[in-house]
Amino acid sequence: MIEILTKYFATFADGFLITLESSIIALIGSLVLGTLFAVLQLVPNKFVNRLAQAYVEIFRNIPLLVITLFFFAFVAPLVTHLGIAMDGFTAGTIGLTLYTSSFIAEVIRASINAIPKGQMEAGRTNGMTWWQTMRLIILPQAFKMSIPSLGNQFINLVKNSSVLAFVAGMDLMYQANNIAQSTFDSMGTYMVVALFYLVITLPLSYGMKYIEYRSNRGGNA
Amino acid sequence: MSIAMTLASTIEAFNYYNLRYLFIGLLYTLSVSVISIALSFVFGSIFGIIVYEKIPYFSRWVSIAVDIVRNLPLLLIIFFMYFALPNIGVHLSIFWASIAAFTFFESAMVSEIVRGGIMAVDKGQFEGARANGLTNAQTMFRIVLPQAYKKIVPPLVSQFISLVKDTSLATGIVLPELMYRGQIIYGQNSNYMIPVFIMLAIIYFVVNFGLSLISKRIEKNLA
Repeated sequence: MIEILTKYFATFADGFLITLESSIIALIGSLVLGTLFAVLQLVPNKFVNRLAQAYVEIFRNIPLLVITLFFFAFVAPLVTHLGIAMDGFTAGTIGLTLYTSSFIAEVIRASINAIPKGQMEAGRTNGMTWWQTMRLIILPQAFKMSIPSLGNQFINLVKNSSVLAFVAGMDLMYQANNIAQSTFDSMGTYMVVALFYLVITLPLSYGMKYIEYRSNRGGNA
Repeated sequence: MSIAMTLASTIEAFNYYNLRYLFIGLLYTLSVSVISIALSFVFGSIFGIIVYEKIPYFSRWVSIAVDIVRNLPLLLIIFFMYFALPNIGVHLSIFWASIAAFTFFESAMVSEIVRGGIMAVDKGQFEGARANGLTNAQTMFRIVLPQAYKKIVPPLVSQFISLVKDTSLATGIVLPELMYRGQIIYGQNSNYMIPVFIMLAIIYFVVNFGLSLISKRIEKNLA
């Protein structure tokens, strides 16, 4: 196990950075998309609400692998035809973004709903438009409230980024499979890779637990 | 490709043989999910109670193990069960390796849910039961757990939904479930790609959305 770690450290580090890169891009993308669809579920327009709801329900209930393979096997050749290069990493990150955005939309919608109705009414009576009130008054409070859940989503994102291995995304899991195949020491390789994943997820997980513990105790978290 | 041809291949893709092939895949997906969730309900409850009871040393190690397993990618655990366990002499078939992996991972998830459920039960219930002469074990199994299980139905169902979705990862060790069979079909004829993806999406959506509706129903009835 130690031997594999030292001999293939550069490869593992490459994969680690790709995993991290993909997760962070997907997090930013899905935060934007998720917030957008959370707000669209609440705008005073029934038709838009339904559309946003459909988006969230569809991407929440379909496996990530199906979405990712759709982009890799169907969309990638299609756009390559049009002259846009799309490799496994891009396809995988798009899949991750769409999948996670539906969960983040749910998280943020729940936080917006948890904010007292009076905030919106006060904003409106002071002459702000619906969008202004949402953007300047409701969303900042909702974001603060949803930090623990967003942290959990990021942990899931890092774990889910392992599907990049299916589409040759050069991430940790993909490199691990290659190393396991060339060294015949699957046990050692997968142990090392587990350590690399835990380096990201475990501190985050304990951090989230601590924030939740503090807010349950009634402190300001 | 013209629209008429696309339409023709779409209809052709849904022929009897392909549909039957996918249906057997769905049976694999569902049977692996059901067996795994049943097993992990048992193991998860045991671990959850152990962590809750704060047995010196023992509980702490179980809790650390649960945290480690929860924070690993499921795909890694699947590969570990199938490719790494033979290194130490444990040979599992594809079917049982996937069940082992899902059970291993979901037990950790379920144990956190069960622990949360027990913690949500009112402290007075413990004290009341103890004051009435029940032993610790009786209090846990007769009074606290039944109430805890009622509270954790919604998170358990959503865990089950994510398990149904995650069974698609077992494609990585060639478990012939829905996703794998879909890939086989469009691998033979690339015109079938779009219809197959639509079909897969519909099947997964119907199963999972149905489950979430059932969960909401149960939630209402229990409340």
